Amino acid sequence: MSQPFRLNKEGLINRNKKISFTFNGKKLFGYEGDTIASALIANGIHLVGRSFKYHRPRGFFGAGVEEPNAKLQVEFNGHSEPNVNATEMELVEGLSATSQNCWPSVNFDVGAINNFLKMFFPAGFYYKTFMWPKSFWYKIYEPFIRKAAGLGVASIEKDKERYEHKFEYCDLLVTGSGPSGLASAYAAAKNGAKVILAEDKPRFGGTLLTDDVSIDNLSGKDWAEKIITELKSMPNVTVKNRSQVFGYYDHNMLVMFERVSDHLEKKSKFTPRQRLWYIRAKETILSTGSIERPIVFGNNDTPGIFLSAAAKEYMKVYGVLVGKKPLIFTNNDSAYETALEFKKNNVEPIILDTREEHSSELIDEAKSKGIDIRFSHGVIVANGYKKVKSAKIGKLNKDKNSFEKIETVDCDCICVSGFWTPSVHLASQSGNKLKYEEKIDAFIPDKKKQHETSVGAANGSFTLEESLKHGFENGSNLSAKITETKTEISIPNVNEKKYGAHDKFWCMPLPKNENPKRFVDFQNDVSVSDIEIALREGYRSIEHVKRYTTLGMATDQGRTSNLNGLQLVSNIENKIVPEVGHTTFRPPFTPITIGTIVGREVGMEYMPTRKTPMHEWHEKNNAVFVDAGAWKRPRYYKQGNETLFEASKREAKNVRENVGICDVTTLGKIDIKGPDAAEFLNRVYTNAWMKLPVGKARYGLMLREDGIVMDDGTTTRISENHYHMTTTTAQAANVLSHLEYYLQIVWPELNVNVVSTTEQWAGAAIAGPKSRDMLSKLYPDLDVSNDALPFMGYKEADFFGVPSRIFRISFSGELAYEINVKSDHGMFMWEKMMEVGKEFGNQPYGTEALSTLRIEMGHVAGPELDGRTIPSDVSLNGLVSKKKDFIGKNSLGREAFNVESRQKIVGLIPIDRKSSIPEGSHIVQDQNAKLPNPKLGHVSSSCWSVENNNPFSLAIMKDGKNMIGKKFFAVSPLKNKSIEVEVISSHYVDPEGKRVRS
Amino acid sequence: MLYIKCPYCGLRAQKEFSYGGDATVKRPNINEEVSSEDWDNFVYMRKSPRGKHIELWQHIAGCRQWIKVQRDTATHEIFQTAKVTEEIR
Repeated sequence: MSQPFRLNKEGLINRNKKISFTFNGKKLFGYEGDTIASALIANGIHLVGRSFKYHRPRGFFGAGVEEPNAKLQVEFNGHSEPNVNATEMELVEGLSATSQNCWPSVNFDVGAINNFLKMFFPAGFYYKTFMWPKSFWYKIYEPFIRKAAGLGVASIEKDKERYEHKFEYCDLLVTGSGPSGLASAYAAAKNGAKVILAEDKPRFGGTLLTDDVSIDNLSGKDWAEKIITELKSMPNVTVKNRSQVFGYYDHNMLVMFERVSDHLEKKSKFTPRQRLWYIRAKETILSTGSIERPIVFGNNDTPGIFLSAAAKEYMKVYGVLVGKKPLIFTNNDSAYETALEFKKNNVEPIILDTREEHSSELIDEAKSKGIDIRFSHGVIVANGYKKVKSAKIGKLNKDKNSFEKIETVDCDCICVSGFWTPSVHLASQSGNKLKYEEKIDAFIPDKKKQHETSVGAANGSFTLEESLKHGFENGSNLSAKITETKTEISIPNVNEKKYGAHDKFWCMPLPKNENPKRFVDFQNDVSVSDIEIALREGYRSIEHVKRYTTLGMATDQGRTSNLNGLQLVSNIENKIVPEVGHTTFRPPFTPITIGTIVGREVGMEYMPTRKTPMHEWHEKNNAVFVDAGAWKRPRYYKQGNETLFEASKREAKNVRENVGICDVTTLGKIDIKGPDAAEFLNRVYTNAWMKLPVGKARYGLMLREDGIVMDDGTTTRISENHYHMTTTTAQAANVLSHLEYYLQIVWPELNVNVVSTTEQWAGAAIAGPKSRDMLSKLYPDLDVSNDALPFMGYKEADFFGVPSRIFRISFSGELAYEINVKSDHGMFMWEKMMEVGKEFGNQPYGTEALSTLRIEMGHVAGPELDGRTIPSDVSLNGLVSKKKDFIGKNSLGREAFNVESRQKIVGLIPIDRKSSIPEGSHIVQDQNAKLPNPKLGHVSSSCWSVENNNPFSLAIMKDGKNMIGKKFFAVSPLKNKSIEVEVISSHYVDPEGKRVRS
Repeated sequence: MLYIKCPYCGLRAQKEFSYGGDATVKRPNINEEVSSEDWDNFVYMRKSPRGKHIELWQHIAGCRQWIKVQRDTATHEIFQTAKVTEEIR
């Protein structure tokens, strides 16, 4: 099949390699090096999508990131991706592209009825129309609008591709490989600086690939190739194509999006699809160039209308003609280069120049080549629905607001140029307040906020000579400051065409009685009249106009529309553009995939998994795990078809009756050493620590400075100046930072060191009435009697040849011990315990049984120590010393902490002794009271008491202690439950604490 | 992401640090009488300046030292960092 719009020779594509693909089901081919856009245009296809709001036919407008229309659903490599920019995506074998936002097809789209109803869809239409009834919003309006206004369809399949993150540091990051970027990178590289040069497109060189210039007697393209080749050979330079620097963050951190392998036919399974680079640069050169802006005219969104530079790029880079009867509509000289390029390829263009007749180097050349130039002319309206067929053009009067003559000319494409807008996005993101440059009608960077320097077109210099000079100078000076080396480079001789002044003309007037849509923003269907409405309705700030009309929003971020929108607002408001100001530029500059942002942090790699040394044993014995921070803890050990409820009840019951072992490795452990360790603990904990003897443990409570309980745990005096502190699993990291804070900042005079030893020790609790019997078998040579190893006692002993620590502490309220061995011996210890414990009926128990045991004993944990309770709230005021000072002590005197009605911990049992009380339930007097029903407290922890065989809960309740014996309701609107409860003591089992001391 | 110079380790990415609030707050001495007003000021009252602010950061994923950082709260510019035992002027 022939490609009717492919030139015979021109272009940088590889004509030896054909690539087949499909578009809307039709089989087509292109060449290696084509984008989807260039291949479709070569095949004469322009209609590729429907617009966002009116479903108007849309075609290609640009040739790169500036493209507002050509977003396709693309399937390749086994995945489907929406909103792919057809002008950027490279063609690969087997790729299949389809149009979006049209039904049933792009040629016949039912939604296009909106175009004929457009008087009903003005700016703010949705805000005005879908206001009421309120209940319609979620179920009717919103789904309908979503469906009607959608772009592509996101895949619901799991993304099988690999994405990576990379951190990099450099002296100079150069963003863009046009002439100024190449010059900067080259000069800096010669000074020995570590340079990264990033280019968004597959080919390096930027405008050097398309402009008719020469540098040192080489064509622009050849010079770019020479410089790139040399840069690539230098060890201090990293050169990256297909890499878009899209964000400029604090402290010269830039983020770059690299498209690593979408263009490859074959890749290894370890090759990522895309890579996100975090680059910390000492200096940054912003050589991001400029983007051509359109002139606004009637039906200017018809397929076949292009930016003039894009038309040139399609010819020069891809060997593709955007049309064979082109109309060039311009207010400046640069479009003449496009006209000359057409002419070179034997196509006869007509140039419509809004300026009055004058001469310049380019105009003279065009004239000498016999090109039809019509001065003071412009396109009024494009004719044709799915493709431009002709254009009504007009000769402008001197006031440029009315017409001397109107006629219609045939054409199959219109190439429009309204001058150039520097790409200042990155500069603006860096904090640079932009300034308006009258000479070019656009914003350019002003004073630097970070280490960024804009050069070339991005800085408003549109000549090659200036761009190269700025590039070499800045690259050299900035890098010399870092490397302290300066290599002299002579700035090459440049041959380029001189441009005349442009015309400050940006919107074509309309003849009387004609009212075609004139689009300012193609992607969001924002027309001149929409902006007029917004202003008429009182929107003044450009930020508000943007939000009301959606001007400059969505994936193209107004790259081709922003300045024309500003011009329009300033014209209507009789202001100048800098007074109107510009909207904020935010990252990302171009859309990036979610996969790239996520990188490798998916599935198992989402966060680190912490496993105890006994994890494998738990797995083998049907443990069902629960996440405790990053830790995996056995929740229960499933036997047969047991439910969580049945298993935890069995495990807890076995602890109360026999003996059980629990993996407590995850508890935070902090080693504390130093001559002032006792004094330090005395300040950190609320209770007294000066007199704790060596070989004894003590339960301690720590507060924040505001008097709220921070954490609890036991600390054991291992030797004179050596303590072993335990914390809850959840608070381990916070407690360590807390201790370090006081030692480093508040009391540096204390001679104490702290270090986390959580992962150095494996821990197992042995709990239950038979635990001492079991312990005596584990330590046959040790006296473990109540006298030799009393409650809160501590011993170091040999555990079948392994050194171990024995703490007689209890969380379950039963007679219990905790054994620690070095982590490497954890599994050995556990298996030995299982073996020796058999004869005592030992069973492992998980966190669910652990909770049951502590709840029915009235031991507080996380749900009670929830950042709102003080010691007396949770019946721990006995641990608060009156004699000494400690962290948070002064706050305990606050009035609100001491009122009679202060919340206190209590126990709750259901009156029916059957209904479990949901955690989080509110305690109320009257379950039928009008809302808001006064809340007297809340249920913090619930369990099935294995001791009493009925539900039991802990609650924090106003004036709790005086409520004991009274009846209330625990209501949970979430679970739709209301349970009558009786308030009892929080110590439901063994209130005197006899068992732990037995 | 900020780039913070740890006085012990050198320039490191912000994600290695955790923020610790105003560094100029001084805790009343332990075992000394303190008025309710002074105590409340210490526990609750913080200035929220726009501009220069001396604050604490802890190099939690590094040397675990608490450090002082003088930062502009509006621009994030960091003027100086120091050990907690050193003064920032």
